[in-house]
Order: sequence, then C-alpha cells, then structure tokens
Amino acid sequence: MSVATMSQNAGVCFNLSDDHKMVRDMVRKLATDEIAPRAAEYDRTREFPWDNIKKMAELGLMGVMVPEQFGGAAMDTLAYVLIIEEISKACASTGVITAVQNSLGSYPILAFGSDEQKKKWLPLLASGQKIAAYALTEPGSGSDAAGMKTTCVLDGDHWVINGQKNWITNSTAAELFVVYALKDPATKHKSTSCFLIEKGTPGFTIGKHEETMGVRASGTCPLTFDNVRIPKENLLGEENKGFNIAMATLDCGRIGIAAQAVGIAQAALENAIKYSKERAQFGKAISEFQLVQEMLVSMATQIEAARLLVWQAACKRDAGEKFGKEASMAKWFASEVAVKAALDSIQVHGGYGYSKEYPVERLLRDAKITQIYEGTSEVQKLVIARHLLSEG
Amino acid sequence: MNIIACVRQTPDTETVIKINGAANGIELDGVKLVLGPYDEYAMEAAAQIKEKNGGEVTAITVGGEKAAETLRHCLAVGADKAVHVQDTGADDALAIATALANQIKKLPHDLIFVSNKGTDSDRGAVGPMLGELLGLPYVGLVTEIEIDGGAVTVSRDVEGGSKEKFKVTLPAVICAQKGVRGEPRYASLPAIMKAKKKPIETVAAEGDLASLRKVELEKLEYPPARPPGRMVPGESAADKAKELVRLLRSEAKVI
Repeated sequence: MSVATMSQNAGVCFNLSDDHKMVRDMVRKLATDEIAPRAAEYDRTREFPWDNIKKMAELGLMGVMVPEQFGGAAMDTLAYVLIIEEISKACASTGVITAVQNSLGSYPILAFGSDEQKKKWLPLLASGQKIAAYALTEPGSGSDAAGMKTTCVLDGDHWVINGQKNWITNSTAAELFVVYALKDPATKHKSTSCFLIEKGTPGFTIGKHEETMGVRASGTCPLTFDNVRIPKENLLGEENKGFNIAMATLDCGRIGIAAQAVGIAQAALENAIKYSKERAQFGKAISEFQLVQEMLVSMATQIEAARLLVWQAACKRDAGEKFGKEASMAKWFASEVAVKAALDSIQVHGGYGYSKEYPVERLLRDAKITQIYEGTSEVQKLVIARHLLSEG
Repeated sequence: MNIIACVRQTPDTETVIKINGAANGIELDGVKLVLGPYDEYAMEAAAQIKEKNGGEVTAITVGGEKAAETLRHCLAVGADKAVHVQDTGADDALAIATALANQIKKLPHDLIFVSNKGTDSDRGAVGPMLGELLGLPYVGLVTEIEIDGGAVTVSRDVEGGSKEKFKVTLPAVICAQKGVRGEPRYASLPAIMKAKKKPIETVAAEGDLASLRKVELEKLEYPPARPPGRMVPGESAADKAKELVRLLRSEAKVI
C-alpha cells in the first residue's frame, strides 16, 4: 500500500492515498451502521462484543499488518490507526480489543516468534479464530513493569510459571496469552522472558471479570499462574530478552491507543456539534453562543493536532524510522485531548450529558483509560524526556 | 459467464447539497463522491452471480477522472476488471447510454447489470436506453434473479404485492432493484489490496457525447423550507386531542 508519508524529503503530505481512504470509508460505514448502535448495550452488559469481532474478522480487521503468507491483510500502520480511530469512535471496547489483537497479540509473534510460532498462531489471530491477550501488568507492578514478581523456572523440557497478572484486556475471550515472567525478581528486566500460554493449561486461571469504569466490554480480568508448565518451545524470542519484546511491542501498541483516543474525542466532538444545533436556549440554538462555540473550536483543533501526531508516528514506523518518541507524544497528547473533549462535550450537553440518555458520559469513562493503559501519561512523558535528553 | 456492471459515481447521500452559481448543477467542490447506493446493488448482484456461476465481472463507468475511484471500489467488491470511459461533458442519459453501448459492444457480454437510477440525477433512463441501443432485452426493477442455462429467470414486484416473472434469453440488460441479492458487501482489507493489482482500462468516449444531449436541465431550486411544527394548545390532554381533531378536519382536511 502506498503511504501518504510525512517523512519523505519531498515534503509533508496530509492527504491519504486512495487506498487508505477506501479502508477508512469502509470501516467508518461498518462502525456507523453496525458497531455504534450497540455500543451502549455492550457498555451496560459488559458482554464481549463477539458480533462485532466476527464481522470485523471477516473483513480482515483482526490481522491488519500481518503479512499475506500468514493470512493477514499486509497493510501498514497508517491503515491500522485509521481503523482503530473509526472503530473506537463507535465503540471504545471494540476498539481496544482490536488494538490488542493486532498490536499486542500479533506483533510480538511476528517480530520475535520462531517460524513455527508464526505459522501456528498468526493465521489464527489474523482470521479472528482465536483472540489474544497481553499480560505484562501485575498487582504490584504497572509503570515499573520490570518490577514484576511472576517467575519462570526451566525444568527439563518445560518452563514453570508462577505469579499473577492484572488488568488483562481480552481475557474473557482470549485463548492465547503473551505472558512475561522473570527468573529472579532481583535481576529485574535482565532475566525477563516472554511466553505464549494457552487457555486451559493446567494451573492457569482467568479470574473475575473486572468492573471497570470504561471500556467495560473489553473482557478485562486478572490471571493466576500456579505451577503452570509449558513446553520449552513456547518461549517467545530469546531467553532473558523479554523486556525488549515488551518495550518494542508497547511502542507499536501506543500508536493504536493514541488512535483510539482520537476516535473517542472525535465522537465527543460530533455529539457536541449535533446537540448544540438541536438544543435551544434563550430562543436560539446554543451553537450560536460564542462560549459554546469556543468549546467546539477547542475540541476540533486539539483533535486535529492529536490526529496528526498519530499519523506522524504511524508514518515514521512505516518508513522504517525510529518512532518511539513520536508514539509516546501521540499517546500522551491524544489521551489528554480525549478526556478534555469528553468533558467539554458533557458540558455542551448540560444535564443531559450527565445522564445515560446520551452517549457522552460513556465517552468520558472510555477516554479516561487511554491516559492509563499501555503506559500512563506520566510514563509517556518519561519516555519523551529520555529521547529528548539522549538526542540532545 | 461474462457479466458487466454499469456503475455511476454520485455524491455521498449524506452530502449537504448546494446548488451552483449557474443553478444548473450542484457544487461538487469538497463533495465526497461514492459508488451510488443503487449501483451498489447492481455490483453486488453481478459479484454474487459470478461467484455462483463462474465467469468474470467487468465494471464500467462513464465519467471524469475521479470516477476511477469508484471503479477501484468495484474491484474491491467483486469486479475482476474495469473500464473507465473518460468523459466530463456527458451528464445526459442518452449520452451515457451511448458511451456504455459503444464499449460493451467490444466486450464479451452475457448479462449486463444497470442500477435503478443515479441517486443524483434520479432519471432511471440509462438502463432501458442501453437495452435499446444494444438491441437486447431489458427488464427493470428486478428483485430476484436465477441463471437458467442460456437464459435468466427474473422477478419484479408489481402493485398489490404480486410479482411478475420473466424468462429472458441472454444476453440481456437487467436493472437490479434494491436488495436483489441482499445488502452490498463491505470491501475487505485483502480485497482492497487485491484490487490494486486488477486492471482499469481507460478509454476516451467515441464521438461528441455532448451533441447527443436531448434534455437540457434548465434550473435547480431548493425545496421550500419546511414550516415549523405547531403546538396544539389546550388545558388537558382531552382538550388537546379535541383541538387536534378539529385542526386535522378543518385545516389540514386529512380526516
């Protein structure tokens, strides 16, 4: 796919290629017609949105960047962020499920997996036949990911895993878990390895479905590993190099979450515009009041800026350039924009926005998580600072 | 089986339509152009019949440079190849039908699908004209179609919930009504990628299409603004109902 790249010397191009437009238009129609109408219901019931996932899988949306030989669509990161934005605009839960499947599930296998692992798992994930989850966070380690306590011990031909993971998206549906563990908590990231663990492996328990504030249909659960024995060949990548895999995976994943945040923010803006034109006060539509316009203008401009940061990070990745700093910038900025846009959209809606009668209260609950998962806003700033200071 | 899908690019139905300065057309600047919703049904019917009976689907359109985007879309939803008759002046049913007929004569064709009408022009004239120009049978507003050897059996709805059933020899021109083969499919990501490798042949229209024009569009006007809603006054619901009935009877004269 040709990329409307922003990194070529020819200059900066803000136009999407025809192919990218076709992808965005297709996903927008799917999201508007089939995903958005049920988003409130999934938010309420917390059921895993299988109907959405099955439809999306048929259209290739579960393996966007997976090469054709492994059953994927072989598209680029720019196509991926367009997809995540449109899906998240309709339903943030479906958005994060898709993002986890594509970036946190498939990417580490594609980038670090053995030929056998790729052949076995990528077609199953790209076709949506199996859902993947990504287990790094623990009850006692979030931002300090290397402070994990889950251990791995090699015992003959098996690794034995013990420990707990927390807040693992997709857990109610996933059959493959990308799990990090270390040999010795004292050596932290130096002894961390990455493993592929299948649902149903003895000793592996998926805990209670968490009652979260937002992305409530994302199947988020804690995981427990009690002497879980997995074959040696389930090690992903090199032994003791798991932390590198985690960080590389999150760099890519952050672009997806940034795109999700842009989608939520865009939904907040569109709802605010629509409502402000319908709602009359003092004898005219509230959209005619400048203080209301100020909120709409601020939302729209911030969203454009956030979207361009997301596209920049995606295009850098597609051009084979370093994109870690740009991904963190996009993720931090877009998630802040999403929360602010959702708050302002509620403000435009007044009392109605505070009720479940309108979708904007859900947007706020969904927006908030984008400042937290796949690296908090604070962690993004640390990453950006590290890049700035080492580049200087 | 060689199937032709005649398609047309039209403004997205969500477009806010603005009449141009000369009042003889709409402003196209910044307007999103898509495969017409009725053309989507024609394209879907063509794709499904190919998938069931084998053969090849050629999508064909008459239009300016941008119309190629629509053909690209067709290639992602079931067409195997496409022909783009480039012409910007021929916004006229007879001109379009003539340009299509000239190209279709050069292509192997068994079944030719046209749409009910363009969502912009709303003429519904190209299909019957095409049948006439090609000397082929034409059936309009078909809701069911089955291939039957060298013929097709088609049905169309007629008044009172009845159906008309025709057996038509091939080649034939068939106008696909909404839902003839279910809802149009989405372009999947793999299909979008494959479409890039499928050929679009660009040809110039033969002759001066504009000279074929038999209909001149004089003027476009906006429909009158909808009058605001009216609140029915009254102390109680019963009073309001009484007043509403009176208004419906004496003012609106609908009951």
